Amino acid sequence: MAHDRSEEPVLTARAAGLAGCGACGAVSTPGVETCPRCGNALHGRRPGSLERVWAWWFAGLIAYIPANLYPMLRTQFLGRATDSTIVGGVIDLVHHGAYLVGGIVFLASVMIPVGKFLAVAYLAISIGRHSHLSFHQRTVLYEVVEFIGRWSMVDVFVVAILTALVNLGFVMAFKPGTAAVFFALSVAFTMISALSLDPRLIWDDAEPDGAPHD
Amino acid sequence: MQPVDTASRLLDAGAPEIIACTVCDALHEVKEIPEGGRLRCTRCGATLLRSPGKALDRILASSFAMVILVLSALFFPFLQISASGLSSATTLLQTAFAFDSGFTAPLAFVLILLIIVLPVTRAVALAYALLPLRLGLRLLPGTKAAFRLAGHLRPWSMAEVFMVGCVVALVKIGGLARVGLGPAFWELALIVMIVALEASTFCEKTIWRMIDQKSRS
Repeated sequence: MAHDRSEEPVLTARAAGLAGCGACGAVSTPGVETCPRCGNALHGRRPGSLERVWAWWFAGLIAYIPANLYPMLRTQFLGRATDSTIVGGVIDLVHHGAYLVGGIVFLASVMIPVGKFLAVAYLAISIGRHSHLSFHQRTVLYEVVEFIGRWSMVDVFVVAILTALVNLGFVMAFKPGTAAVFFALSVAFTMISALSLDPRLIWDDAEPDGAPHD
Repeated sequence: MQPVDTASRLLDAGAPEIIACTVCDALHEVKEIPEGGRLRCTRCGATLLRSPGKALDRILASSFAMVILVLSALFFPFLQISASGLSSATTLLQTAFAFDSGFTAPLAFVLILLIIVLPVTRAVALAYALLPLRLGLRLLPGTKAAFRLAGHLRPWSMAEVFMVGCVVALVKIGGLARVGLGPAFWELALIVMIVALEASTFCEKTIWRMIDQKSRS
């Protein structure tokens, strides 16, 4: 088991024979099914947390493949239609010299989703194993992943706005592509995956095995 | 495993109040929270509780603003473009219905949820749960259910993400057409700032503790 050198032994709710609520932090005796403070289901550790993480993770990954293969946006310009995928859209932006916005779209549609798949997988795999990152680093990673996931939805919104706004018939119009659906699904699935992870599982590995704390 | 008597002793009526860190499960005694400050977990550093300060005022203010801005943004012109003597305009609702045909049609429904229904529902739930608390009145029935709902909706209210999408879309067509920004656009821009302000003071655990104390009194 990995231990941070700075670790001081602390008493956890579980080691004390109690259950802490994952939503509000209120402490109850085990066997209480509903948190008396917030009314959420009370679990010392969320049951099936890792199984849920992986199930939604794979669902997200499967949806992410067609999201990149199918066109995200169809552009009609003077009667000529061109389809562009997510990555193709970024390349177009860069070609037009819009580096900042190209960067934002690249960040939101490519870097964040891919980074999120890697980060969630890393966190889930590292639980119960030796990890190169400290508990603190993994906690920060978990918080970043949780915070950032929703921002990937930006590209779906861009497609919606362009389609609704730019409708000049023959001159210029946008149509949504199949990839928009898959991409939205992928973002939603990976958000659920990250939300399913109980961060307390990461810190359980910091507990000396079986040693009671006082 | 600790003997049961230790466990029950920690929860005795006379025992100091304790709270478990929701990130790492470490137990902490709830001490005096410095004004404007916060209690942090000694192990993982996560925030355990914050001094309430003006948190309720800010959450309520942003909730009311959110409802007013999103609902009025539905009816004001949002964006318009013109090119080669042609022009087209859109409202927020039309944007949500952009995915109106074929395979992408269900996305329209999802979009309305993410940028209109869920943010407004969350704001109403927050106001329902927290306004009586702020005014020192009796809590309304279902207060806890309303605040739980607000918590679950939090990641899914994407009004501010949508706004970033607007900026990206505008730059994409900026070179091809003249773009006009309607009042609804500026309302949404305000929402981004309001959401950021609210998020910076929002501590769910602190508010649960306040609701709990109120409901016991």
